[in-house]
Amino acid sequence: MSRTTNTILGAKVSRRAALHSAAGILGGAILPGGLILPARAADNPPLGTYPEGSSGTSVFVGISVPRTGTYAASGEDLIKGYQLAIEHLNEGNALMQKISPNIKKGVLGKEVKFGIADSEAKPNTAVQNLGKFISDNKAVLVTGSVSSAEAVADNKFADREKVIYLPGISGSNDTTGKDCVRYSFRECFYGQTAAKAIAPELIKTLGKNKKVAYLTPDYTYGHTVQKSVEEYVKEGGWTTATDQVSPLGTTEFSSYLLNVANSGADVVVNINFGRDAVLSIKQAKQFGILDKMTLAVPYNTPFLAKEVGADTMQGVLAATDYWWTLEDKFPLAKMFNDAFRAKYGSLPEWGANAAYMQLAMWADAVERAKSFYPPDVIKAYEAGAKVQSTVGEVYFRGADHQLVRPVIIERGKKPADMKNPDDFYEIVEVVPGEGLMQAPDAFGCKMGGYT
Amino acid sequence: MLSWANLLSQTFNGLVVGALLALISSGLTIIYGTLGVLNLAHGAMFMVGGYAGVVAYQYTGSFLVAIVAGAGFVLVLGVLMERLVIRHFYERPAEDQILVTFGLGIVFVETIRFFFGSLSQSMPPPSWAEGVTSLGFMIYPTYRLAVVGIIAVTLLALYLVLYRSRLGMIVRAGIEDSVMVDSLGINVMRVFMVVFGIGSMAAGFAGIVNVPIAPITPDIGEATLVEAFVVVVIGGVGSFPGAVLGGLIAGEILSLTSMINPSYSQVMLFVVMTLVLVLRPRGLLGAEGRS
Repeated sequence: MSRTTNTILGAKVSRRAALHSAAGILGGAILPGGLILPARAADNPPLGTYPEGSSGTSVFVGISVPRTGTYAASGEDLIKGYQLAIEHLNEGNALMQKISPNIKKGVLGKEVKFGIADSEAKPNTAVQNLGKFISDNKAVLVTGSVSSAEAVADNKFADREKVIYLPGISGSNDTTGKDCVRYSFRECFYGQTAAKAIAPELIKTLGKNKKVAYLTPDYTYGHTVQKSVEEYVKEGGWTTATDQVSPLGTTEFSSYLLNVANSGADVVVNINFGRDAVLSIKQAKQFGILDKMTLAVPYNTPFLAKEVGADTMQGVLAATDYWWTLEDKFPLAKMFNDAFRAKYGSLPEWGANAAYMQLAMWADAVERAKSFYPPDVIKAYEAGAKVQSTVGEVYFRGADHQLVRPVIIERGKKPADMKNPDDFYEIVEVVPGEGLMQAPDAFGCKMGGYT
Repeated sequence: MLSWANLLSQTFNGLVVGALLALISSGLTIIYGTLGVLNLAHGAMFMVGGYAGVVAYQYTGSFLVAIVAGAGFVLVLGVLMERLVIRHFYERPAEDQILVTFGLGIVFVETIRFFFGSLSQSMPPPSWAEGVTSLGFMIYPTYRLAVVGIIAVTLLALYLVLYRSRLGMIVRAGIEDSVMVDSLGINVMRVFMVVFGIGSMAAGFAGIVNVPIAPITPDIGEATLVEAFVVVVIGGVGSFPGAVLGGLIAGEILSLTSMINPSYSQVMLFVVMTLVLVLRPRGLLGAEGRS
């Protein structure tokens, strides 16, 4: 149905928009002369999807996560977190306002719309998804990943397109290390940070001079996390018995596990993620390896305990980003869990938390920048303002765009000690981020320009 | 990781891994050898068999019922698929057959994902096959040993049906000259339908037998399909004994390479396939090209 339009300076606008403009001009005319208005959109040159993407009454966020393949379960968890965050942004929810105090309804008053695409955890597919969101939907923000390989590819693509990108799950040291970019900000920690947090606990619990067998997925995340853990457990005199590298998506781990069984190791450090983690642990159990060797998980995967069972996970030390029982310690975690449970009828895993926090902190940066102009938003991020999160106070480090945040060390509970079917872990320690973080350039991060 | 104990363990493990690959690949090769249709939905049928069996297990708690249900469901699915879709593609170009089976595979995977989600589904081994067995040089999961026995019996049964029975004779005659077989009063189409069902059932059976080893997710069949193809190419396309031999060879390659460098074991599989294609294009036990 066509609407009546007026023509102002040759551009077709609706009658309502014309009335708004007229009211604005009249309003401006009667404002006191000394009042300084925020910088107007028109002051900045076009860049990326700016100003097109934010010129209407809504803005678009493109979400690209694996919905199929090895990482599908984590991808679905992320989607739930994103959707909850977008709902909260649009309604100006109380939890959202705790994280991003300036939020009312929408981001800078604009409704947030979104689209979801399946990345299959493949870098090529992920980048194509982002490309479509940027060209077709004029996305002001693109986000999502479960594999660091896709996160790194997305980083570079978004930086070239000058559209801000936020990784979902990505544990590689490269994501905010050698592959860091000006246009990307990561919520979850470096593999190095996780390794530094869990190593002392492992040495304390299991003793000194142990031999370690690693199960490592064959890509950037696996290799960097393996190196980090190896480096920090050295302090306890731990040595490497074997490093079993398997391709992403392996379903048959028997030959790797036999090598582990014959390696004389005391500890199995499993770096695999998603379904690879589930299958390798289940099969290690079948081979009787976990009766002789102790399992440790330096970067825990969502739903792991649920899938392999409390029986197998009892006593296992793991480092993670978020676990729901943190609600006993952090009020925002309680609010988040409650909202999540009300919407989905289940508890969030750490992917959902990472997704929610990423969008909330982005909204906060945009609100503080008072603009969607990417360099302004990036500078607002880089200012390193303290943000309240579901795991306490956190902030972004300007030099490598990494969130400084605590690492959660958890231990699998005995089935008899579980208070309910979801009570898989006890929180051993919430290790503050500050002391764990290496120098921002330790992994070779060199940022590009803003424009 | 080179030691005699490990070499023995890995050689043995190669046989076990190979047995499962042999079963899956035999289904693929039976269908291709008989009907000339390359069934790209074979991996999905492996997965569907697993889910059908798990559902049956959840209702009954019986391993045996799960196996029968998994294999039976995919048998019926295969028969329906042949009757409703594949039959209309026998006379069409190979690329059409590939596209339609590929498409059906996607439909199966996404349907399962719709109903079961992406989290893995599991089923424990039967109580008599729980735990580990000591073989002297190594300990090995009892269930995996049982699987080798189950698969050996299944492969033997398949062999007898296809090569030593009246049905098998008709099938082979039908491949040579279906018009002549038809004019002898035998319904070749019905035989083809049964063969498609049996080939699919092999995948479904392997799917459910594999669940206690590797919990299933909707896309677990993808990697399986690729490996099954490699096995079929190594063994000889359309050759049943070739699929068995190819499966065992592939299992050994995966296992033994991992001793030297685990990250190369998958690569070696494809290296060997390439070598076979260069040196003996019809595969180790493949017959001369079918018309």
